[in-house]
Amino acid sequence: MALHFELVTPARLVRSEDVHMVVVPGEEGEFGVLEGHAPFMSTVRDGAILVYKTEGAAPEAIQVQGGFAEVGANGLTVLAEHVEG
Amino acid sequence: MASLKELKGRINSVKSTQKITKAKQMVAAAKLRKAQTAAEAARPYAARLATVMGSLASKISVSEHSPKLLAGTGKDQVHLLVVANSDKGLCGAFNSNIVKAALVKARALEAEGKTVLFYLVGRKGRAVIRRNYPKAVLAMFDTTEVREPGFAEAEKIAAELVALYDEGKFDVAHLFYAKFKSALQQDPTEQQIIPVPAPTAAAANDSGAVVEYEPEEEAILAALLPRYLKTQLFGALLENQASEQGASMTAMDNATRNAGELIQKLTIQYNRSRQAAITTELIEIIAGAEAL
Repeated sequence: MALHFELVTPARLVRSEDVHMVVVPGEEGEFGVLEGHAPFMSTVRDGAILVYKTEGAAPEAIQVQGGFAEVGANGLTVLAEHVEG
Repeated sequence: MASLKELKGRINSVKSTQKITKAKQMVAAAKLRKAQTAAEAARPYAARLATVMGSLASKISVSEHSPKLLAGTGKDQVHLLVVANSDKGLCGAFNSNIVKAALVKARALEAEGKTVLFYLVGRKGRAVIRRNYPKAVLAMFDTTEVREPGFAEAEKIAAELVALYDEGKFDVAHLFYAKFKSALQQDPTEQQIIPVPAPTAAAANDSGAVVEYEPEEEAILAALLPRYLKTQLFGALLENQASEQGASMTAMDNATRNAGELIQKLTIQYNRSRQAAITTELIEIIAGAEAL
């Protein structure tokens, strides 16, 4: 099983997919989320979210602004106000 | 009785009016579809944010130390009515319904001895509210330059509202907009936006596990409240847009149908007068011939 990752903006659902790992630029430092992460909530700095599709794969960067990340039983949800690209 | 030429002219003018209303109806139908898609696309974000707010709010008890946006100013004197209207007309009673709802609320609040202020979004409601409450309009937000109000506008409105709130210009804010039910029905809706009403606590935390917060709950909540406000405004703007197009579609459909009926009536009248003229002419000719 992989980590379910969702990236949502007010305008649309940008991503909803299963990935290996996501590195989120949290307010108090970057944190990586793998599957089975403990429930966790953090605000997100403006910066790039790195999405690792599979283990060892090159990460894909998504620029976000004004966001909020929540890790729950059903994966990682990032709510961002603006997403580039 | 109108002459044949006059009748012909009127028929033509009603016909061109019908063409305009028909075109506007089709434009509204297309825009309505777009507005509905936009409203649907915005739903996941709003739903998730509400869930997060709910689970946060259930953990924090409101006290004097809570952010002002949640706890309020401690007073209940000055009420700000945020009225969201459209910029264009040709949409039936859409705008006047919203304004009416706002004015009813304003009168009720005044009867309770509160002070009422207005914050107007969109162009259409201005005249009526200015006439009724000449000194109460605190600010206006202009949306005439953008084709359809989006998140950027919601952000600006929220920022202005929060700034006014921080200056202590008002204690409670209500938002008025039309909720989209169907193309035939749009309900003027009132919603309190400041202080942020605590969302109903989310359904029991799935795993019941302890959630870690970073930074701590209070700080997250403080960061989240303005965002929640923005989302609420954005949602209202989207609903309003869909409602406007729906109302416009219905109003234009009616106008087109009325024009059709009028054309039919005028055509019958035209044909009758023409026939009458021909008959009179014939009678004159025949009478003339018999007299010889």
